[in-house]
Amino acid sequence: MKITIYGPGCKNCVNLADNARKAVAEAGIEAEIIKVEDMKEIAMAGIMSTPAIGINGKVKIKGRVASVEEIKELIA
Amino acid sequence: MFLLFEKLADLITYNFFGLDSAGRLGDSVHFFIYDTTKIIFLLSIMIFFISIIRSYFPPEKTKKLLSSYRKITGHVMASLLGVVTPFCSCSSVPIFIGFVESGIPLGITFSFLITSPIVNEVALVMLYTIFGWKIGTIYLISGIVVGIVGGIVIEILGMEKQVEEYVYQISAEESEIEKLNWSDRIDFARAEVKEIVSRVWKYVIIGIGLGAVIHGYAPAKLLAEYAGVNNPLSVIAAVIVGIPLYSNAVGTIPIVEALMSKGVALGTALSFMMATTALSLPAMIILRRVIKPKLIAVFVTVVGVSIIGVGYMFNLII
Repeated sequence: MKITIYGPGCKNCVNLADNARKAVAEAGIEAEIIKVEDMKEIAMAGIMSTPAIGINGKVKIKGRVASVEEIKELIA
Repeated sequence: MFLLFEKLADLITYNFFGLDSAGRLGDSVHFFIYDTTKIIFLLSIMIFFISIIRSYFPPEKTKKLLSSYRKITGHVMASLLGVVTPFCSCSSVPIFIGFVESGIPLGITFSFLITSPIVNEVALVMLYTIFGWKIGTIYLISGIVVGIVGGIVIEILGMEKQVEEYVYQISAEESEIEKLNWSDRIDFARAEVKEIVSRVWKYVIIGIGLGAVIHGYAPAKLLAEYAGVNNPLSVIAAVIVGIPLYSNAVGTIPIVEALMSKGVALGTALSFMMATTALSLPAMIILRRVIKPKLIAVFVTVVGVSIIGVGYMFNLII
């Protein structure tokens, strides 16, 4: 599984990446977490408010820090 | 309603610090504690309710709405939506690309980008609590007007070539708008309160602290002479000083209030506030990724001149 964190590196993006890591650990699954910090790539994914999280290339939650629980649901 | 904060300030100042209630220091400390606790409390409540409203206007929806308007209506809509759409300067690039890519005219995009930082919930709460509804409303309306005018001028100047070429080559994926139910909106609003308050509380304290110092010690005669209604150059000077200053409204408003009590004219004070929030070096550096230096210069000039206009208008009528 591929989890993508979109965001230019602001505090919220770091928090979201942390939540994603926790969710992966708690769910006990194998997942690769990739950070996309380039504005151009973020825009190309159709994201207009950061941070955002995508699972296997599909953007799931935008504009807020998704909680550990939410991410666990997304990757389950 | 604010009796509770009065009591809290009494408790801390006179009982905890043991300061004299008749002394000048006791007075200042009391004022400081009362104001900071009251404002942080009001901010939390207001951000909560405004975030609920904002949850109905994600940028994706704004983009969709805006692509069906042209000309003046488009600018007016963009400026109004700039007030309610959640925005932070770190998202300005993806928003810019998203708008331009979906065919929204450059000037209308700018109407949005100009108003969004000038008018935000935090600024409005501070303005309404510190200055009252009249000045708060004046600021709100002038912020919207500056966005409309600025966007129209940029549209007329035809600056499309001044956007980095790659922006036009991007074709963004169609993204769906998240469906939210009530509990999602409340969660979103709660998270916003936590995020914004934890980010701005220090500026509230610094701003009110500096304001208190100005109240106590700044030379009123000097300020009234140089920044009062009678000095025609004061508005221009305020805007020029305000542009490079990077501050949010929270830190600036208590200082501006204190300056006004020392005789600085309302228009001059409002222009200064708008210049610090609308134009800043970090925001320009972020925008440089999508627009060329010439358009940045035009943007700064157009917005700067409109803000100066607002300042003169208020100095003239009030």
